[in-house]
Amino acid sequence: MQKILAIDPEKCTGCRLCETACSIHNEKTCAPERARIHVTKWENEGIYIPMVCQQCDIPICETVCPMHAVKRDTDTQAVIIDEKLCVGCRLCVQFCPFGAIGVNDKTKTITKCDLCGGEPVCVKFCQPEALQYIDTITLNQRKRRAAAKKFSEYLKKMLITI
Amino acid sequence: MVWNRKIAFINLSTGKVSQKLVSKTMRTLYLGGRGLNMHMLYTLLKPKTDPLGHENVLFVGAGLLGGIPCLGSGRCDIAAKSPLTGAVGDSNIGGFFAPELRFAGFDHLAITGKADKPVYLLIKNGEVEIKDASHLWGEDTFETQTVIKRDEDDQNIKSLVIGVAGENLVRFANVRTGMKNSAGRTGMGCVMGSKNLKAIAARGTVPLDFAYPDELLEYCKQMNNMITSTRWAKAQSRWGTMIIYSNTNTTGLIRTRNFQLNRLEEGEDLEPENIDRYSIGTSGCYGCAVHCRHRYVLREGPYAPLYGEGPEYTSLGAFGTMVDCKKMETILVANHLVNKYGVDTLETGGLIAWAMELYEKGILNDKMTDGLKLQWGDEEAVYEMIRKIAYRDGFGNTLADGFRGAIAKIGNGSEYYAIQIKGMSNLHSDERPTPSFALGIATSTRGADHLRSRPAIDLYGLPEDLLKEIYGGSVATDYNSYDGKSRMVWWQELLYAITDSIGTCKFQTVFCAVHAPKWKEFSKLIQLATGMKLSKAQLMDIGERIYTVERLFNLREGFSRKDDSLPERYFKEPTPIGLPAARNKKIDRKKFNKMLDEYYELHGWDNNGIPTMETLKKLHLDKEPSNLT
Repeated sequence: MQKILAIDPEKCTGCRLCETACSIHNEKTCAPERARIHVTKWENEGIYIPMVCQQCDIPICETVCPMHAVKRDTDTQAVIIDEKLCVGCRLCVQFCPFGAIGVNDKTKTITKCDLCGGEPVCVKFCQPEALQYIDTITLNQRKRRAAAKKFSEYLKKMLITI
Repeated sequence: MVWNRKIAFINLSTGKVSQKLVSKTMRTLYLGGRGLNMHMLYTLLKPKTDPLGHENVLFVGAGLLGGIPCLGSGRCDIAAKSPLTGAVGDSNIGGFFAPELRFAGFDHLAITGKADKPVYLLIKNGEVEIKDASHLWGEDTFETQTVIKRDEDDQNIKSLVIGVAGENLVRFANVRTGMKNSAGRTGMGCVMGSKNLKAIAARGTVPLDFAYPDELLEYCKQMNNMITSTRWAKAQSRWGTMIIYSNTNTTGLIRTRNFQLNRLEEGEDLEPENIDRYSIGTSGCYGCAVHCRHRYVLREGPYAPLYGEGPEYTSLGAFGTMVDCKKMETILVANHLVNKYGVDTLETGGLIAWAMELYEKGILNDKMTDGLKLQWGDEEAVYEMIRKIAYRDGFGNTLADGFRGAIAKIGNGSEYYAIQIKGMSNLHSDERPTPSFALGIATSTRGADHLRSRPAIDLYGLPEDLLKEIYGGSVATDYNSYDGKSRMVWWQELLYAITDSIGTCKFQTVFCAVHAPKWKEFSKLIQLATGMKLSKAQLMDIGERIYTVERLFNLREGFSRKDDSLPERYFKEPTPIGLPAARNKKIDRKKFNKMLDEYYELHGWDNNGIPTMETLKKLHLDKEPSNLT
């Protein structure tokens, strides 16, 4: 079953462990700016939304890449960039609607989430489980159950009353 | 790498900025954060410096491990000579500022002088700029941060700011960052105000390299698992520090009506689960897997709509038990107000509670309080007093000078009712049944304070063999006992000195959890992050050095053994209510003094609390500038 990196902003506590762990794992240094995931915040309202590549079915980055350097990993289905083909034109950076493609400020190479080859480090560090690497069926099952919970409680109450 | 992080020396009078690397020797002696701040405080300040004068120096320091992905590594230490106590001024703040400061290329700031008009500092990728803050003067702590982000057109800027209380030189004004985090104690916001420094903003993209990144990442994951597997962290993740209330109020360890009772009767509404009515989720500081604060919203009532974060156990006491207010909503509103104005929640609540007792006793009257009836449980009076203090309005002006100033003004036996040590208010905890806690607040270098040493695990009644294994000597299981408690306090003082210097969170070491990371784990983290090999014994020596430097600073300022004591009421009035272990308890003066003797000996200080020459030599402090003869 195909897994996705699912984000639940309601659970995010804004601690930025995902950013830090991502940057250390992928760049061997602590530089949240170079991480593939970023927590976007509205601090005065307490809203935190982790933003990361959505591994789109029709990736705009792939569409705009003149070098056909954007490919899909056959195992993880992650959208990845073939560094050998990439010429650093940054069209992908400009066109990604999620701001999920970055440029390493030192090496000038293009960086994006590759799902760490199927074991995303950010997920391992996310204690409140705002980030999950999960297949869509299970994810939807859980969401349906959570949404239906209130209704089920109401029904239970009704049955007991009757 | 940690080795390329600098100290910026900033003179606000001249506008001159110079930069210097932190030497490896200094790192091995003091690590960073509080340790280095204390070293600089002691060596750069002249004795008897005026805390509000241009020669006082404000130190800001990120911890040695600031930025690592575990244990809440975003702690920042702010220090100066305290305008509240005249002793060591030092306050620790979470949030996201310290890592951002490191990403901007700096670990420490030493700010001296006084700007002739309001300014803020912008620290960005190796550059320090002093900018005009006239438009920010008078703004609250939230708005100040919002405007700086907007002006600089960067939502990722992190700022340390002061509110109106800091501008008005309230002696316990705090420094704040984000919605929640405050460096609350010892009046560091007052020092910023005295320098016309409204904010310090940081932003950077300089990577922080580690000696062994892969191994560090793996070990950090282990550390997070280690802390989140403890019951304490699990409870914290759900309810925050308010969880302590459930235990302490049931037992009778909470001072209520200032110091008249040790439990809030009918205090059910303050039980932590009631935060659920207002909570929209929790929030964490940088690199924290515990996330102990609530994001709360007040949707109804005269103060709605209101968004805030917290509240801590401290605010539950400051605006709940101590002033006899019994509604969760009062805590949330008051917490928001102190945060907005930028005053220390604990000191403010402590002073208001004291004033209420004085009002009840007739030492204060309507004429002295501008007609405000300071009656127990009146939340509107509490809110009004918070505002009056922040603006130094009328009677607020008296309290804004802290206990020492207010006692001098009010006189008339008011001192007896003040629950303060070295001029600083105590937490709302009642330490009469717990000698270890009592010794800790008495010896704390920054005045009555639980965060210098509190061995909260003392309340667990742990088996003696386990206590011996942790503390390296005999410690009694019973929390009413005096036996071995000096060892507990001494050991925790050293541990917290290290925690504050590596920049991790105290709640993620031995505070309330026995199996939390401590010496061995800190040692490994330091090694993986920096390459420095420091054993447990070496770390304990560093902790001892830091604590002893603080001691030397206080001795130089005229503090001595007589100041390492408790308010008289601890010795005279037994606790009136509570469970048997907490009821009818007071501190035995003789036993307390014996504990103090033992405590000094463990530190290597003589009977008067003065470090012996042998200790100073051992700690390489014998050549430090000292006016001790």
